[in-house]
Amino acid sequence: MIHQFKNNGYNIVMDVNSGAIHVVDDLVNEIISRYETDTEENITDSLLKDYDKEDIKEAYGEVTHLKDQGKLFAKDIYMPYLKSFDSRPIVVKALCMHIAHDCNLACRYCFAGKGEYRGEREMMSPETGKKAIDFLVANSGNRKHLEVDFFGGEPTMNMDTVKQVVEYARQLEKTTDKVFRFTLTTNGLLLSEDMFDYINKEMSNVVLSIDGRKEVNDRMRPVRGGKGSSYDIILPKFKKLAESRGQDNYYVRGTFTHENLDFSKDVLHLADEGFKQISVEPVVADPSEGYAIKKEDLAKIFEEYDALAKEIVKRKKEGRGFNFFHFMIDIDGGPCVAKRLQGCGSGCEYLSVTPNGDLYPCHQFVGNTDMKMGDVETGVTNTALRSEFRKSNVYSKPACQECFAKFYCSGGCAANAFNHSGDINGSYETGCEMQRKRVECALMLKAAESVGDR
Amino acid sequence: MKHIVTLNERVLEDTMEHGGCGECQTSCQSACKTSCTVGNQKCENEEQK
Repeated sequence: MIHQFKNNGYNIVMDVNSGAIHVVDDLVNEIISRYETDTEENITDSLLKDYDKEDIKEAYGEVTHLKDQGKLFAKDIYMPYLKSFDSRPIVVKALCMHIAHDCNLACRYCFAGKGEYRGEREMMSPETGKKAIDFLVANSGNRKHLEVDFFGGEPTMNMDTVKQVVEYARQLEKTTDKVFRFTLTTNGLLLSEDMFDYINKEMSNVVLSIDGRKEVNDRMRPVRGGKGSSYDIILPKFKKLAESRGQDNYYVRGTFTHENLDFSKDVLHLADEGFKQISVEPVVADPSEGYAIKKEDLAKIFEEYDALAKEIVKRKKEGRGFNFFHFMIDIDGGPCVAKRLQGCGSGCEYLSVTPNGDLYPCHQFVGNTDMKMGDVETGVTNTALRSEFRKSNVYSKPACQECFAKFYCSGGCAANAFNHSGDINGSYETGCEMQRKRVECALMLKAAESVGDR
Repeated sequence: MKHIVTLNERVLEDTMEHGGCGECQTSCQSACKTSCTVGNQKCENEEQK
């Protein structure tokens, strides 16, 4: 499968099945578009009005050479390979731990209600947290690296449990071969500088929620009671924390909605404030909400992604670059094809734990009791549901078959698919459209790095 | 080549032999939480390098 596109002056050719990415001139672009459906003679004849015969011959030869190397027109050979993974033991390697089903902000777009996931306000006890760690270790097979994300609601409202869980896991590292990597996702309200040493020692990653410009952030992320600005409270703390981590191993993470379709300004605002690791993502929302992203917003969103990508190229050249999470693609050392086919592992190797110890396929399914998978005491009991998630991959999703982005998003987010189509193997078409655009922009950035100005 | 610049050396097929060890980061543990972004995950398998 071939995908050709032009972005910022570059002709880019993706050979989807091999993963090879090529930057080509107009002549080769033309040849590739017809290579599989026409003869060399016909292609040559039709190009003679614009190109020299020797040039056409040479370009055609280059295309054929790459085809012979398996870097153009490669076949999809991975389905039987993926099938061979069915017999591997089921392991759990990552938990999203809902430390608090409560929040001290009242974000309008929160998929967790206002932190309580449509249930009771509740804190996870240290005992439940430790049982979750035991469950993880017991079910992790031979996986060495285990991941735990302290999530909410707002996890810093329950730091005692966070600290006890971390301490317990660190003890287990001494008696097992496991290595824990912790992430803290926080809105920052309760962060204080005296927490930084602890966070920087124990958390491999921190995700700091802020949407960008003050007016945008405060409109969607109001403080409870409506008085004051959450932006004013969190920004200085986030800046100091990012600096204290050497501007690495963190993300400032925002959400854009229908109400700020000019979100490139929010990304650049965060960059201008000095942040180097930035993620700003489209809102996940019920389509009936006024702030939900609509299909008719896509043209504007694409313009914004293009503008942002161009600005990143410019700033990088000027020595003031930054990473935008959704444009980061590692085309040489990135994930293996097995990972790319299987995706995030939700419902199988990645689970969420609620404050009372219930297990769900991921944080976005929490609150939907039909999706409960078991609990940390007894383990996964809904094995039929686990099996559905395990079998879900790029090949089980009809919409992915002809999509050029399938090896980058791995079939997309199961929760988004479920929420929009009622089926984890369905699709969220608006989300897919944005994903495809982001992949194109990400590859343009690679092209700009490798071949310079066009 | 005069007309084509290939940006990456490795092709996906090369990752099959030692692939699927599962040691890499879960994508939702990085920043996303609402999308699935796998293409930017780091490979943690020494045998792949």
